[in-house]
Amino acid sequence: MTRLVVDPITRIEGHLRIEAELDEANGIVEAYSSGTMVRGIEIILQGRDPRDAWAFAQRACGVCTTVHSFASIRAVEDALDIRIPPAANLMRNMMIAQQYAHDHVMHFYHLHALDWVDVVSCLQADPTETSRIQQSISSWPNSSPGYFADVQARVQAIVDSGQLSIFANGYWGHPAYKLPPEVNLLAVAHYLEALDWQSHVTKIHTIFGGKNPHPNFVVGGVPMPIDLDSDTALNAERLSIIDDSIDRITEFVDQVYLPDLLAIAPAYLDYAALGEGLGNFLTWGEFPGVEPTDSSALLVPRALILGRDLASVTEPDPRDMTAMQEFVTHSWYRYEAGDQSGLHPWEGETVFNETGPEPPFEELDVEGKYTWLKAPRWNGTPVEVGPLARVLAMYAAGHEQTVELVDSVLATLGAPVEALFSTLGRTAARAIETKVFADHLRTLFEDLKARIAAGDTRTFDDERWEPRSWPSSARGFGFTEAPRGALGHWVVIEDGKIENYQLVVPTTWNASPRDAQGNPGAYEAALVGTTLAQPDAPLEILRTIHSFDPCMACAIHMVDANGDDVAEVGTGLHVHADG
Amino acid sequence: MAEPADRGDRRVVLGLGNLLNRDEGLGVHALRALGQRLGADPGVELVDGGVLGLNLLPLVESCSHLLVLDAVDAGRPPGTVIELGRDRIPMLRGVTFSEHQVTFQEVLGLASIRGRLPGTVHLIGAQPADISVGVEVSPAVRGAIPPIVERALEFLDRWDATVPTSGDAS
Repeated sequence: MTRLVVDPITRIEGHLRIEAELDEANGIVEAYSSGTMVRGIEIILQGRDPRDAWAFAQRACGVCTTVHSFASIRAVEDALDIRIPPAANLMRNMMIAQQYAHDHVMHFYHLHALDWVDVVSCLQADPTETSRIQQSISSWPNSSPGYFADVQARVQAIVDSGQLSIFANGYWGHPAYKLPPEVNLLAVAHYLEALDWQSHVTKIHTIFGGKNPHPNFVVGGVPMPIDLDSDTALNAERLSIIDDSIDRITEFVDQVYLPDLLAIAPAYLDYAALGEGLGNFLTWGEFPGVEPTDSSALLVPRALILGRDLASVTEPDPRDMTAMQEFVTHSWYRYEAGDQSGLHPWEGETVFNETGPEPPFEELDVEGKYTWLKAPRWNGTPVEVGPLARVLAMYAAGHEQTVELVDSVLATLGAPVEALFSTLGRTAARAIETKVFADHLRTLFEDLKARIAAGDTRTFDDERWEPRSWPSSARGFGFTEAPRGALGHWVVIEDGKIENYQLVVPTTWNASPRDAQGNPGAYEAALVGTTLAQPDAPLEILRTIHSFDPCMACAIHMVDANGDDVAEVGTGLHVHADG
Repeated sequence: MAEPADRGDRRVVLGLGNLLNRDEGLGVHALRALGQRLGADPGVELVDGGVLGLNLLPLVESCSHLLVLDAVDAGRPPGTVIELGRDRIPMLRGVTFSEHQVTFQEVLGLASIRGRLPGTVHLIGAQPADISVGVEVSPAVRGAIPPIVERALEFLDRWDATVPTSGDAS
C-alpha cells in the first residue's frame, strides 16, 4: 500500500497570477492579471440536452454551484419562452438572497478580513477592552471578557502547537496592519463564529433543492412541491425551519458583519482612495418578477455606469450583438475571424491556442497572449462587476434602504461619496448589499407564505418540457447577479440540442486581460498606483484583489501545466524587482 | 464559540472531485459505484461533495466516522490505489487569492484546530492520469474504481464491527 504523500488530494480550483511592474519607490506602474488554467465547460455542453445543462454548469465551481444552475435554467427558459409559476420564482429568489449572505460573510471573515486583521497580534489584546468594544458596537451576546479570553487562549494554543494551519503563511506583523490588538481579537472571534454560523444558513437550499450539497434545479420551476400536509413537500415544519434560518442570517449580518466592518474600516481609510481602477460598472440585475424579461421588476437594476457618472445610468442589452463582446487578443484562444475581432457570446468560440511560455517560466509574455481568461467588453469598454456595481446601481436608482445605508456608512467613516470608488468602497458595498438582501429575503418569505395561504402553490410549469414543443432554433440569455458580480449564460439551441453555450462569469470581467485596443481589465487597472511597503510580502495587492472576491474556478478551468500543488498558489505572486 | 454539535454516530462516505475534469472526479464516480453496490439501504450516508471546499466543514465536523474518496496525486503510476490514514493527510494553508482555492486539506485542518475532527478519518483514492476538460475518466482510473469500492466496503464492515465513538473532545 502506498504511503508516500506530497499533495495527497488534488483540488482544482483555479490559479490567479498577478505580475506587477514597480517603480523605484515600489509603486505599481503596470499590472497584468492571468488565469493560468484553461476553461472548457462550453465544449462539454455542446450537443447536450439543454434541460441538463445546469447539472454540468453547477460543477464548474464548488462555491458557485447555485448561481451557475440559475443562470443556466434561466437561459434555457428564456430561449424556450417558459414562464415559471410565481411561487417558484419567489423560492428561487429566496435561494439567491440566502446565497449572498452566506457567501459574503464567508468571504469577509475567511478570506478578506485576514488582509486587515493581524491574527497573531490578537494574543496581545486585553480581552476586557475587546469586550467593551463589542458591547459598544452591537448587542451580539458573545461579548464578555471571559468569552474573548477563551478565544485568545484557543489562538494561543494553535500558535503554541506550531501547527498554525489556516493561519500559516499570513503576513503577520506586516507594517500595513493598523488595527489595535483588541479589534484584531474581536475579528478573530467572529472569524471562528462565522464557521459555525454557516451550518445554520444553508437550510433554504437543502429544503427547496431537495438536498444539499448540490441541490436540484429544474427548467420550468423548482423541484420541490408545496403541500402543507405532506411529509415530502414544502410543509409547515419546513417553513418554520426556514423562518429560523432567516433569523440567524439577519442577526449575524446586523449584529456582527456590519458592525465589524465599521470597526475595522476607520484604520484603513487610505484604502478609500486606492484601488478603484476603471470607474465603469455593469450589472445584469437580480430578483426578477415572473416576467423574466421585465427589467423594471428587478430590485437590483440592470445598469451600465460609465466614468463614475451616477446621473446618466443606462440599461445594457445583453442581446446587443455589437455592444456585448468578448476579445481574445491577449488570451490563449483563437477566433476564426482573427484575434483582433470581438464576438457576442451567442456566436462565441472556444478554441484553445496556448502560445506559451512553457512552464516553469519567470515572466508571462504580456505583449502577446498571457491568460486563459477572455476579455469581455461593453462597446469596447472594460467594466467592473460585483457588489460595488450593484450598490451603485441601486443607489443611483434611489433605492431607499440602499441610499440610507450608504449615506450612513459614509457619514460614520467621515468619507465623501467618491470614497465608494475604491478598495474599501468595494468591501463596504459588499456588507451594505448583504444587509439589503438579507432583509429582502424576509420580504420574499412573507410573500411566499401569503401565496401559499391564498392557495397558489404551483411550483412547476411543464407546458414546454417536451422537446417537441420547442422551436427548431432558439437563443436565450440567462442571468444572475452572482455574489461576485454579473453572471451571464448565453445558449443557442438547434433541434433540441445545445449548439453553442457560453458563460461570461464575473471574474472574467474583473480579472480580464488587455483587449484588442490595449485597455486593461479591472484588476489590472485597480492595482496601478498602489505602493508596496515590502515587495516580498505584497499584502497591499492581496487587499485590492480580494476586495473583488475572485472566483478563478469559474473563470477558468483545469489544472495548470505545472500540475503543481497548493504551494504554487501560496507563491502565485510574481513581482519584478524594477520597472 | 458555540459548543460542538452532538455528533453521536454519523457515518459518512464523502466523494470529492470535479466531474468536468475527467479523473479529477474519480471520488464522485467511486461514490456512485459504491452506492450501486450498497443498494437502497446503504446504512451509511453517501455524500457527493464535489469541490465544495469550505462548505463541507459543517458536514465534516458533524461526523463520527468519515471515509473520503478522492483523486490523490502521489506521483505513482496512473490508477494506483492509494490509502491514507487520519494522521497521514496533511492539513495546509497558504496565502491564496480566492476563497475558492480552499482545499479539502484545509477543511480538515480547520476541523482539527477547532477540535472537531471525526474520530475516524480515512481516505481511499487513486493516482489520476488525465485531468483535462471532459466527463469521461481514463481507462486506468476506470480500472481503479472497482478495487476502491472493494476497499471501501471492507472499511465500512470494520466500522460496523465497532461501537460508536465520539470524535475529539473540544
